[in-house]
Amino acid sequence: MITIVPVYPALLSIYADRGNVRVLQQRCAWRGIEHHVEPLALGDDLDPRRADVILLGGGQDRDQVLVADELIRQAPRLREALAEGACLLAVCGGYQLLGHRYHGHQGDDIPGTGLVDLETVAGSSRLIGNVLVDCGDGRTMVGFENHAGRTWLGDGVAPLGRVIAGAGNNGEDRTEGCRAERILGTYVHGPLLPKNPWIADELLQHALDRRGGGRLEPLDDGLEAQTAEGAAAIARSERR
Amino acid sequence: MFAAKTAAARALGSLSRRSGRGGGTSLPGKALLRLAPDAIERLAGRLEDGVVLVSATNGKTTSAALAAAALGPDHPLCRNGAGANLLSGVASALLEAPAGARLGVFEVDEFALPEVARRTRPRALLLQNLFRDQLDRYGELELVAERWRAMTAVLPDTTTLVLCADDPVVSALGEGRDHVVRFGLDDPSVALAGLADAADSTTCIRCGHAYDYAAVYLGHLGDYRCPNCGHTRPALDLPVRDIDLRGLDGSAFTIGGTPLEIGLPGIYNVENAAGAFALATALGVAPDVAAGRIGTARAAFGRFERVIVGDRDAVLLLVKNPAGANEALRTLQPNVAGAVLLLALNDRIADGRDVSWIWDVDYETVLPHAARVVCSGTRAADIALRAKYAGVHPDRIEIVPGRADALDRALERAGAGGTAYVLPTYTAMLELQRVAAERGLVRPYWEAAAS
Repeated sequence: MITIVPVYPALLSIYADRGNVRVLQQRCAWRGIEHHVEPLALGDDLDPRRADVILLGGGQDRDQVLVADELIRQAPRLREALAEGACLLAVCGGYQLLGHRYHGHQGDDIPGTGLVDLETVAGSSRLIGNVLVDCGDGRTMVGFENHAGRTWLGDGVAPLGRVIAGAGNNGEDRTEGCRAERILGTYVHGPLLPKNPWIADELLQHALDRRGGGRLEPLDDGLEAQTAEGAAAIARSERR
Repeated sequence: MFAAKTAAARALGSLSRRSGRGGGTSLPGKALLRLAPDAIERLAGRLEDGVVLVSATNGKTTSAALAAAALGPDHPLCRNGAGANLLSGVASALLEAPAGARLGVFEVDEFALPEVARRTRPRALLLQNLFRDQLDRYGELELVAERWRAMTAVLPDTTTLVLCADDPVVSALGEGRDHVVRFGLDDPSVALAGLADAADSTTCIRCGHAYDYAAVYLGHLGDYRCPNCGHTRPALDLPVRDIDLRGLDGSAFTIGGTPLEIGLPGIYNVENAAGAFALATALGVAPDVAAGRIGTARAAFGRFERVIVGDRDAVLLLVKNPAGANEALRTLQPNVAGAVLLLALNDRIADGRDVSWIWDVDYETVLPHAARVVCSGTRAADIALRAKYAGVHPDRIEIVPGRADALDRALERAGAGGTAYVLPTYTAMLELQRVAAERGLVRPYWEAAAS
């Protein structure tokens, strides 16, 4: 049994983040893997022994302070879950909360969980558009980004990939996202798993490894690949 | 001098129409604003019965069309049409106002509304709802809400606000004002089981706590109450009751006790008609007269159409964001078993470049029952992938990117006597309209809008 935990879905689902939950559910169902979705509600405590795939989505700016306060309270439980084999996908606003801090325009800083050595600084403009990222090993990630924050990774933190088209972490160093053991962070927002099913399967494999479920069977991802290629072509054609 | 500038801009509009490049609906306004930046103020001031503005994320075009139908016979109208709802579109409409026009009825883009309101000094505003829509273009819902609050803070006291009380953000715009009319749905028999996952604005506008809903009617619209601070939906001046939803055939209901029947489907059109009724009666139209006029009005261009193609037909329902799409699916629900659906997803600027929103639509409840799902548009594969994860077997999904080809394929699959149900985004709708017009099936939109 795999447990998928969307964190605060009422507040962290602004860009249709539930699409990621849907993809994880279906890719389990198609393989006959027992799974269930157990959303974490505001004020509740994460159960580190149950949570296998933890999802942190993007929220409205006005909710970010509230979410940050709650999430910092949950940080010890998140660490414990990760230490016991859970994995975490953090997107957009959720990605920023992985870091130490979000530096606002007028010193109005929002503290983060510090799970990953990274920091975010408010930018004067939003970075918006289709994005294509080279993640190495012949893998790409494609999707859409829309963020004002510029994120900078600490020295020991690897990016999830290198930007081919789009802005990525900060629009300057061509890095996109972060990868720290079983934590993935990215600005490719909302439903990134449908077009990047290898990331979904990476998360599910972590969950299977923890639960002693063997190797994932491959699926026919022809339509996924076709959709990703189309989106990649659009990202490449955009001038920003 | 001003007359020369307006004449020049008008000539440009007529030139653009003759050259056949679309309806020329916002070009003359753009030119005019460059020649005379205060043109809107001056031209709006000439309308003796003033200006009314209609805005919303969902339903502004239909609400404005129904309001125009209710107001038109008493007030010769100046209207903008065909989605030309930015500042330039309003300028174009004012520039090309029919002779003798006395009242301006303008649908206005929600982001452009504060600026249009500042310049036209409207006597009334009809505000329906704010949903998440095209976040890449507008930023977040809260940003638009904040702009609307700043706008109402500086509106003259004499301006009447006609507000949908079912939307907490919209309803609160009337707080502390003298001239406010609130309408809303008050019939739990048509309420949804609960909030959809896609719901916006579900936390209290005063204290941030999650609302309890006595009834949810559409997205986050409903009869809300905050269990923490007690903030509730205000009393309704015009409650909508006795709602009878008749699928694609339309709806019947009473509003403030007046019976109203409309030929437009779905509960969102009940809200649209209720808003138009509230606006018209606030401007002095007798309730039964307003109801009669709204009841006989046709759908605004392209929002809902049935097109006959030989021995079969196509039903088109515009979808442009999760809340609207969920309502369109709810309307189609009774017809969808074994049916052919055409989903046309474009990612042009007017649709929103970001197509993430399709993952917030509850396709799971409807698509698996369809016999076939034809996917089209600039993002045909994206919507096909969405259908796959909604539970449609890949064998029943067809990708036909070209809009004309996709319509043909869907009609072919529908078979003789059958119906293809078409759910296009905004620009895909325009493209399908063009295809239909070329085949003599419906009129092009600038003619329809002018009629």
